[in-house]
Amino acid sequence: MPQDKSVVSPAQREAGHDGTGEIGFTSETMVQTEKLLDVTGLSVAFATDRGAATVVRELDLHVAEGETLAIVGESGSGKSVTALSVTRLIDHTGGHISGGRILFTDRSGRQRDLVAESQEAMRQLRGPEMAMVFQEPMSSLNPVLRVGDQIAEAIMLHQGLGQAAALAEAQRLLEHVRIPEARQQLQRYPFQLSGGMRQRVMIAMALSCRPRLLIADEPTTALDVTVQAQVLRLLRSLQREYGMGLIFITHDMGVVAEMADRVLVMRDGVKVEEGDAVRVFDAPQHPYTRTLLNAVPVLGSLGDATLPLPFPEAGRAAEPQATVRTDIPPVLEVAKLTTRFEVRRRFRAAHRIHAVEQVSLRVRHGETLALVGESGCGKSTTGRSIIRLERPEAGEIRLNAVDVTRLDREREEQLRRRVQYVFQDPLASLDPRLTIGFSIAEPIRTHRLLRGEAVERRVHELLRLVGLLPEHARRYPHELSGGQRQRCCIARALASEPSLIIADEAVAALDVSIRAQVVNLLMALQARLGVAYLFISHDMAVVERVSHRVAVMYLGQIVEIGPRQAVFRDPQHPYTRRLLAAVPIPDPRRRDHSIELDDSEVPSPLRRLDDPPIVAPLVQVGEDHFVARHRVGGLY
Amino acid sequence: MIDYLIRRLVGTIPVLLAVSLFVFLFVHLLPGDPARLVAGPDATPQDIAAVRADMGLDRPLVVQYLRYLGQTVQFQLGRSIKTHQTVAELIGERFMPTLLLTVFAMVWSVIGGVAVGVLSGVKRGRWQDQLAMVLAISGISFPGFWLGLLLIDLFSVRLGWLPTGGYESWQSFVLPAFTLGTGVAAVMARFTRSAFVEITAEDYVRTARAKGVPERLVVWKHTLRNALIPVITLTGLQFGFLLGGAIVVETVFAWPGLGRLLVDSVSYRDYPVIQAEILLFSFEFVLINLIVDLLYAVVNPEIRLR
Repeated sequence: MPQDKSVVSPAQREAGHDGTGEIGFTSETMVQTEKLLDVTGLSVAFATDRGAATVVRELDLHVAEGETLAIVGESGSGKSVTALSVTRLIDHTGGHISGGRILFTDRSGRQRDLVAESQEAMRQLRGPEMAMVFQEPMSSLNPVLRVGDQIAEAIMLHQGLGQAAALAEAQRLLEHVRIPEARQQLQRYPFQLSGGMRQRVMIAMALSCRPRLLIADEPTTALDVTVQAQVLRLLRSLQREYGMGLIFITHDMGVVAEMADRVLVMRDGVKVEEGDAVRVFDAPQHPYTRTLLNAVPVLGSLGDATLPLPFPEAGRAAEPQATVRTDIPPVLEVAKLTTRFEVRRRFRAAHRIHAVEQVSLRVRHGETLALVGESGCGKSTTGRSIIRLERPEAGEIRLNAVDVTRLDREREEQLRRRVQYVFQDPLASLDPRLTIGFSIAEPIRTHRLLRGEAVERRVHELLRLVGLLPEHARRYPHELSGGQRQRCCIARALASEPSLIIADEAVAALDVSIRAQVVNLLMALQARLGVAYLFISHDMAVVERVSHRVAVMYLGQIVEIGPRQAVFRDPQHPYTRRLLAAVPIPDPRRRDHSIELDDSEVPSPLRRLDDPPIVAPLVQVGEDHFVARHRVGGLY
Repeated sequence: MIDYLIRRLVGTIPVLLAVSLFVFLFVHLLPGDPARLVAGPDATPQDIAAVRADMGLDRPLVVQYLRYLGQTVQFQLGRSIKTHQTVAELIGERFMPTLLLTVFAMVWSVIGGVAVGVLSGVKRGRWQDQLAMVLAISGISFPGFWLGLLLIDLFSVRLGWLPTGGYESWQSFVLPAFTLGTGVAAVMARFTRSAFVEITAEDYVRTARAKGVPERLVVWKHTLRNALIPVITLTGLQFGFLLGGAIVVETVFAWPGLGRLLVDSVSYRDYPVIQAEILLFSFEFVLINLIVDLLYAVVNPEIRLR
């Protein structure tokens, strides 16, 4: 692939681009002649019952020192397998490299073909020469070992330091990745740290031996958006400091735009496109890259439009979602809903988790209200309390003008019929031993809506409604793709003819192109059936697409609620602003590294019994737009 | 940790009460009149009535139970119908041999089972794994009494290396402890293997390799410690199996322990002894599981620190 970039020698790099002695980090597209990693014709296969399955085919890639290569693709594209192959960890997962060369220039300047190296030689390279950061910071840290010992382990192994010296170095590293009270943190176990902290620990561990190549496999996918922004910034500054080559694997185009010098797009184990980041975003060559980029929700893309708009689809103009019924009473009205959990210690309640604190909201027929916020803010508990999966401590929930907090068992069943839930993980929420048809028919039978053959006809109708075929009724969940499974869950939710669907992160686990399709499906169903959604999500860009109104939650309280356009264009609460600023924008030219993000953590909603949070009525700032002006906690 | 300990200790109380109630009712639920049994076959109705009053059997059931509970707590377990010794004395004599036997069996089966399980897990799919798993399946399916007889035939009768039975020197421990532990060792090996294989697929094991940890440490430090968490739970449950197995093994090896005492008592319908033994076995089982829960907390910091 021809690239017209200025070639900079290592000596020039030392002195900066222009030789003035100022390090020229202004250019993100710094490239050197010398390739740190040069992979050619890499093929990787896994042994299966039906012979070897090749999952990566004839892949070429290269990374220079100080350069960031983003490998992008959806699930099953082979991007993680590629990363594992470069470090030869693939040998431990049942896969093997069936062809190609992986040339790596080690610290001594010797170029080695990693495919031919022994496991022991590879082991000595892993750590000091190349390191990895993985997606799930919780499961990637050993739960029974202290954080300090886990970092010190690599230092002792590769640098021959004693335990005390290694722990001191570990503490220095933790400070370097900006973990507060690093000394105390050394003694803690992974489960005692927050997600963002754990990922910092992972990064500290990966960097402990100053590797020259860092492979980060979806390092921020499991993190909240503000934490993601912090971790990305940290990775960037550490990369500059260490001059590392960075392979950044992700499915998130926004993150790619934030991080990458070059982009490599993979699909089904094959490279479909590679090039300079700006070029790939501006003028994608391959149709798949274009599809991928089109499917990415871009924050701010709706501008001043007041109504939600489906994603553009080939051959169909997107119609604004004018579905809200203002002529009839709202489907859902929640007033001062409060759900708390007691934390017992020594057999008495010592603390309370204020999961939901005096939340008030309403959803009209045909309306989508998005409930946004970061993990632990109480958005899911709010949804669960409305459908009474959690017992709220106080508050009113009116469904079609009926107070449902004081219902008998039979009436409660009717409530369940009118409100349905769609969860994040479709595989986990479908019974693996029941057919799709059975799962969809279950609510119809439970609520005795139809009987006999009519049930089957209804199931087929529902399947067609969500874009599947009647044949799918006989399949089992594992026989379907992730997107198809979520369509089944939506069909099941629709089976009892609800007027409100609570969609709890319903599209979060799906690949971008699938996510766009499912979002469009939800919106099409709303237009057709007039169903209302309480759309619980952490993804601001998706929320912008689907919602008529938005409620932002923080520490169990709604801090801002109003029409989507008002909240996104003119956010009034500092937390809303912080949340929006942290969303990565899928445009490499709009990346702005000068914005200082604070490294603070969202505080815990856990409080002492005698220390209740301050709750005050929201203040109106615009038409239907309310914001908290009282001190909620943490920074705000 | 202290919370956890107190919670576990308090949790054992209802279990023990339920067991004692069951044991108490056991005598009343069985056909036949205990008073008649105690009084002997030639007793007159007056004798039986006297015995009944003496034993308090004419009082309400609740009162009887409370009295029984009170006596039990003070180790007043009654007298054996057969030997007229106090039950406490009888059990005292037989307690140590069985304790030693089960402890030896437990120790070898846990160490051996875990070791074989780890070997299988590391070499999974290869001949070492297959051989170990064939042995494990055999160990589970072999009836204890038959294995005991075979071992006696080979090592005592043919080779003359070890005694055929009795409770004397350390040699007399080898065969019974081996026989008793075989089933448990086999279960342990299979369970350890599957736990080990499961942990091997965990992300943090991959992390360990990604930072260049030698394979030996990946196995013993990163994998095994996590794999032990479910294994420890199993160990407690298997102890019940050992207590049951002791009854068979003690009979085969003429071992003067509680197991054989129980077998003898059952055939003589020596209810006071049976009652006391069931209570004792239950108590031991609860105690062992309490210890296991505490061990669990030692291995798993999440339990310890929450």
